Amino acid sequence: MLTEGERREIEEEIAKSERKRAASVEVLKIVQKRRGWVPDDLDELAATLDMTPDELDAVATFYSLVFRKPVGRHVILICDSVSCWVMEYESMREHLSERLGIGMGGTSTDGMFTLLPVACLGACDRAPVMMVDEVLYTNLTTEKIDGILEAYRRGNM
Amino acid sequence: MERPLTENIRSDGQPVGIEEYEKLGGYQATRKALGGMSPQEITAAVKNADLRGRGGAGFPTGIKWSFIPMGDAARHPKYLVCNADEMEPGTFKDRLLLEGNPHQLIEGMIVSGYALEADLAYIFLRAEYTLAAKRLGQAIAEAYAKGYLGRRILGSDYSLDLRLHLSAGRYICGEETALLNALEGKRAIPRAKPPHPQTSGLWGKPTIVNNVETLSNVPHIVDRGAEWFKSLSHTDCGGTKIYGVSGRVKRPGLWELPMGTPAREIIDLHAGGMRNGYGFRGVIPGGASTEFLLEEHLDVRMDFDSLPKAGSRLGTGTMIVLDDKTCPVGMVLSLETFFARESCGWCTPCREGLRWVVQIIDAIEKGEGAGEDLDILEGQCRLLAPGHTFCALAPGAVEPLQSALKYFREDFERHIKEKGCPWR
Amino acid sequence: MATIYIDNKPYVVKDGQNLLHACLSLGFDLPYFCWHPAMHSVGACRQCAVKQFRDEKDTKGKIVMSCMTPAAEGTRISIDDPEAMEFRASVIEWLMLSHPHDCPVCDEGGECHLQDMTVMTGHNYRRTRFPKRTHRNQDLGPFINHEMNRCIQCYRCVRFYCDYAQGRDFNVFACHHAVYFGRHRDGVLESEFSGNLIEICPTGVFTDKALKRHYTRKWDLQTAPSVCVHCGLGCNTIPGERYGALRRILNRYNGEVNGYFLCDRGRFGYEFVNSGQRVRTPLMKNNETGALEPATKGDVIERLSHILYFGANVIGIGSARASLEANFALRALVGPDRFFVFDETRRRLMATMIGILKSGPARTPSMKDVASSDAVFILGEDVANTAPMLALALRQAARQRPMQDVAKLKIPLWDDTAVREVIQGEKGPFFIAAPHATKLDDVATETYHAAGEDIARLGFAVAHELDPAAPPVPDLKEEALLLARRIALFLKGARRPLVVSGMSGTSDSLLRAAGNVAWALCKTGHDAALCFTTDECNSLGLGLLADLGDGYVSDIGKAFALAEKGKLDAIIILENDLFLREDISRVERFLEGCGHVIVIDHLFSRTTGKADIVLPAGTFAESDGTFVNNEGRAQRCFQVFVPEGDIQESWRWVRDALNAARRPIQWRTFDDVVAAMAGEMQQFEAVAEIAPPAGFRIAGQKIPRQPHRYSGRTAMHAQIDVHEPKPPDDADTPLAYSMEGFEGIPPSALVPRFWAPGWNSVQSVNKFQEEVGGPLRGDDPGKRLIEPTGGKEVPYFHEVPGAFVPRKGELLIVPLYHIFGSEELSVLSPGIAGMAPHPYLALNPFDAEGLGMNAGDEGEVVISGNTYRLPITLMASLPQGVAGLPSGLPGLRGIVFPAWAKTGRAT
Ligand SMILES: Cc1cc2nc3c(=O)[nH]c(=O)nc-3n(C[C@H](O)[C@H](O)[C@H](O)COP(=O)(O)O)c2cc1C
Ligand code: SF4
Ligand code: FES
Repeated sequence: MLTEGERREIEEEIAKSERKRAASVEVLKIVQKRRGWVPDDLDELAATLDMTPDELDAVATFYSLVFRKPVGRHVILICDSVSCWVMEYESMREHLSERLGIGMGGTSTDGMFTLLPVACLGACDRAPVMMVDEVLYTNLTTEKIDGILEAYRRGNM
Repeated sequence: MERPLTENIRSDGQPVGIEEYEKLGGYQATRKALGGMSPQEITAAVKNADLRGRGGAGFPTGIKWSFIPMGDAARHPKYLVCNADEMEPGTFKDRLLLEGNPHQLIEGMIVSGYALEADLAYIFLRAEYTLAAKRLGQAIAEAYAKGYLGRRILGSDYSLDLRLHLSAGRYICGEETALLNALEGKRAIPRAKPPHPQTSGLWGKPTIVNNVETLSNVPHIVDRGAEWFKSLSHTDCGGTKIYGVSGRVKRPGLWELPMGTPAREIIDLHAGGMRNGYGFRGVIPGGASTEFLLEEHLDVRMDFDSLPKAGSRLGTGTMIVLDDKTCPVGMVLSLETFFARESCGWCTPCREGLRWVVQIIDAIEKGEGAGEDLDILEGQCRLLAPGHTFCALAPGAVEPLQSALKYFREDFERHIKEKGCPWR
Repeated sequence: MATIYIDNKPYVVKDGQNLLHACLSLGFDLPYFCWHPAMHSVGACRQCAVKQFRDEKDTKGKIVMSCMTPAAEGTRISIDDPEAMEFRASVIEWLMLSHPHDCPVCDEGGECHLQDMTVMTGHNYRRTRFPKRTHRNQDLGPFINHEMNRCIQCYRCVRFYCDYAQGRDFNVFACHHAVYFGRHRDGVLESEFSGNLIEICPTGVFTDKALKRHYTRKWDLQTAPSVCVHCGLGCNTIPGERYGALRRILNRYNGEVNGYFLCDRGRFGYEFVNSGQRVRTPLMKNNETGALEPATKGDVIERLSHILYFGANVIGIGSARASLEANFALRALVGPDRFFVFDETRRRLMATMIGILKSGPARTPSMKDVASSDAVFILGEDVANTAPMLALALRQAARQRPMQDVAKLKIPLWDDTAVREVIQGEKGPFFIAAPHATKLDDVATETYHAAGEDIARLGFAVAHELDPAAPPVPDLKEEALLLARRIALFLKGARRPLVVSGMSGTSDSLLRAAGNVAWALCKTGHDAALCFTTDECNSLGLGLLADLGDGYVSDIGKAFALAEKGKLDAIIILENDLFLREDISRVERFLEGCGHVIVIDHLFSRTTGKADIVLPAGTFAESDGTFVNNEGRAQRCFQVFVPEGDIQESWRWVRDALNAARRPIQWRTFDDVVAAMAGEMQQFEAVAEIAPPAGFRIAGQKIPRQPHRYSGRTAMHAQIDVHEPKPPDDADTPLAYSMEGFEGIPPSALVPRFWAPGWNSVQSVNKFQEEVGGPLRGDDPGKRLIEPTGGKEVPYFHEVPGAFVPRKGELLIVPLYHIFGSEELSVLSPGIAGMAPHPYLALNPFDAEGLGMNAGDEGEVVISGNTYRLPITLMASLPQGVAGLPSGLPGLRGIVFPAWAKTGRAT
């Protein structure tokens, strides 16, 4: 069931679009913004776009930043592309894995973090980098990562 | 040295606001174009300026525009789309323009839109550029408020709407026809060309797709003329270029320099050379889908025509340096993992071939390489050539691999022979 | 015409084709996956690569996809170029990286396009040592089995299901090498064309679930050319048999009729042939116990000879699901004036329909013509449920008008994605006037839901708008008038307008209205077509045979009247369950007054329950016969296998009865009956030419029903006899029950299966066509029996019905058709039975409210004295005053539609 707020935001988004279906990715993101992911029951959401759940899911499952599985409260997107790789991405990833107790694609047991790889974040001059939710963190070091995780854990972010 | 694209970008990290932009001469080109130039004159200026697309392929922009149906012959709405997807690994130049001077891009789109008689313009922005999204959103609102966008711009007969579309990941969205499908709310699968977007683009209507940097150049060309623009360059291809360097150099970053600046100058002078303790081993000159160059190639001019002679491409003009303490096999593995993951899944060679390539390099890197692996890899490079696949993703993907097999072959062989990575 | 060079040899090809199409038409073996002749090119699989050269001097050339390259004048390509060959082999290598190589346990094995292409490209050595990608499979319902690991991602399934058939509950999911083809969640595929996935999929991802339950490899199936018996369209099929049971049905390409596809009723409806409801031996009533008991053939003939003595008063009832030959034979036995066909309503409809087709200038279209129409007006038909494949053709027609714009942009029409991109789902003019919403409404420009009379009035009004000489419609409501004007305007603007109506509307005014519209278009200079649907596989044939004049009333009602006079000695009922046709109590009374009741049929029914003698007839799969489809195309269907025991073709039972009646008749073979019929009835002159006669041979050989790799011919009978039995003779046709015989391409009407060297899959059909996607070699089979009159003068109908007036206290009950459930034979297939709805009564919500009822409540409806208690379904599109009952469902049979009935809450 869509909430009143979601429904309103979706309708606004659709009204802005040249054609209903063109809003599909945006609409998925509206739901994702509030729930962290796009739940399996797509019927109602699809209907707002005059689509079937199959048609909408075909789109949803294509895009890497539409999550079709539950994620933690914060999503860590760590860049694994070439410049970051050269600049020690692997140690950063290992450090994150160890700190969070999860591998790529996993969610920490406290439900705080989900760790995902992401394609080049376009901040190669400041590699290695990662994004947590909407915020970019650059020139990562293991100490810096600890500080960032700590800040999110304490709810400072 | 003139740096029209970046000279106004503030050093404090704040964007150039509309008032500041206007004060610095911004929106003059809009007034000039809408106030007295014909669309054809603008296209001619862009053509004469030898502006070539900065999205990677380097197609002459004026020629691209000249294929768009004009006047009564055209089907409407016509579209102009700015490609701000920037997901090519190692590429971070558009971010600078988007975050630093959004009005320059918006003005570029207004003037270009006018030249194309476009009704509607889109900026297709990758989702992860959250700061750029915020700043563009604000700048667009400012431009509307001041009458640079919307109905009857500055009292002229020309109207243009500009919308910002935020994507949701997937490198293939940057491929211009896949981008159009993404804008239509579909799976971002590329389309076959012909028909080109100029004939049948967004929703089957005439469309032009240009890169952020390309479009940002247009106001300057209109403002100061084609001759001036050409004079900025060291070579036949007009204007400046935003070059970048990442990797273990002293000062990774971006610099706007005359088109055709030699690679060595960029790495040694602007990026400050290699970090202490690291030597130079090779460089990918223009984003992930270009071929490696070695020390011996570094005097090459970084432009669309010179680099192919050295065996590579300008691509996006952002270099990724490989140092002598980093495993080339691992680096190539990272590159190919990216490409395999970002294949859209439409055509067989890319979808299956790149996965296989990754499986093989991964095995080699882990010390599980086998005798015929390098032959297979070489075969794949040959088989994933342009024209063999549906779009340019896969051919781009094998460019660094092919050159790595040539230049760093002994590294691959050592991995196989020593059953492991010598750098670990 | 364009000259192209393939490996330096010149070839002349048609303009506007792509190279793959051209090469295949020229007979080259060029591999492909994603291309399909009905769905054209998208360039995804990269399998069809060839080397293209700029000119004679170019020696380097470049690899291009032949399916995406125009075969333009002067094009030079090489198929044999080593680099192109290497690339094509690598495409297979790539596809095989994750393919499970499970051919031995895969249902597609032996007829797999992927196997064929693998062999064709020469890829034969596996170089990868890495894990394969794996997927989870889905439950897609009773028809389709899903095995995603075999997928080679050619995208044909989704292109067929979503783009071509416009189904919306199937798609492609995920990205890169994880792409997945299926549904958003497990569940029954909703498209009535889902079965085509079996043939569309080049490997074993989508396979036949019904076949799986009684599996046989293609090479072990005995097959013959056949015609679908589950509606009036006459789609061409290839049934396959082994061990005396029908195993599956595949499409048999006919460029004019069904092209490459079948509907799910046609594909999965065959299991009645194997069902426990089959009559397998002659039966006679035990005069003491009253029970039907098995008898020998000799005994029944003996009994028949007593019943059918000289001068006995015998009548016959023909059948719209029996062949022309069976009906003709029965007519000969009882005499034309004692031969009755159809119930009263159908007789009237059929007479009107044939009258319109014979006396006016509008041509009946083939389904290919339908698909190329560029404006459509449907009157009173729920096409997707009454004539499913016609709906598929109509969906293509809806694209024709927008396609005309694509051509203006110089985009080749085979460039499927580009075409779709320009069209953007736009639809050409398409109007549906029907009693309720239909599954085709999504392609409609406008729909009009009204009672039959009002739809007819709309039609008459459209005709009047087109040509003032057509009668005007008095007191037409403003809304309908404006709609009529819009429809007329669009039809007028079309190049090939099409009018569709048919029997299921149960109203002859509807047919007349449709006739007037089509005639008005013809008269005003349009190339208009008029398509009537018919309800059974031989309805039109029976109509032509009965020679239904207006004065000549030969329907069962007339037989009822005769019986009431009480002078009948016997009745012979051919392949018919009378209880489906007429009111149950009327039929019971009738049969009681008929003297001896003799039923020739292949299924037990309520009618056989009343019989004194039941004669086991062969089904379509065990008989040769001619059926006339709704186009008026007479088509031949051949015996697939020799039935067990005394089962024989209906016409043979009639012949035996004639002999028993001491009216010796010279019909020894099928051709004898055909010759007699063609000689006696001018309308059937062409029937003898549909297929070559029994004596036809090629190089002295018959055409084998069994593939040359047919196995186990000795072993399959080993428990009876270790000696190989002599194969049965077939005196009736040029086909043989053997694996020996002519192995090449026979005349199109005799093609028993599609197979060619190197092409084991259904894709081998390419080799049987004059040009890929065009007619079969020697033209598509079948003969049209009705052609329009040449003249411009049109005999417009002037009886415009009055508007529908709802009644107080009664509702008009109209039939609602269900593709799965409404047809008598197919519903005996377990898969189809499972898809049939439970009986219900559909009400307009306002009517329901007036009756104080809600959805799900039990309602009661009384129709000619019979009370039906049914759950209520609300159907907003039904007009007020009209209610619907599913047609033909077990439990709801024998209702004569339309009927006024008292309706209320069940008491
Ligand atoms: C796989 C792939 C990804 C691409 N990504 C981008 C991109 O992120 N940004 C961009 O401007 N061009 C990208 N391109 C190039 C575009 O297809 C197109 O050529 C370009 O946007 C045209 O603009 P230009 O003429 O101004 O260079 C990509 C091409 C391919 C094949
Ligand atoms: S090369 Fe093929 S699979 Fe790869 S991204 Fe392009 S179209 Fe998609
Ligand atoms: S058949 Fe040509 S690419 Fe698939």
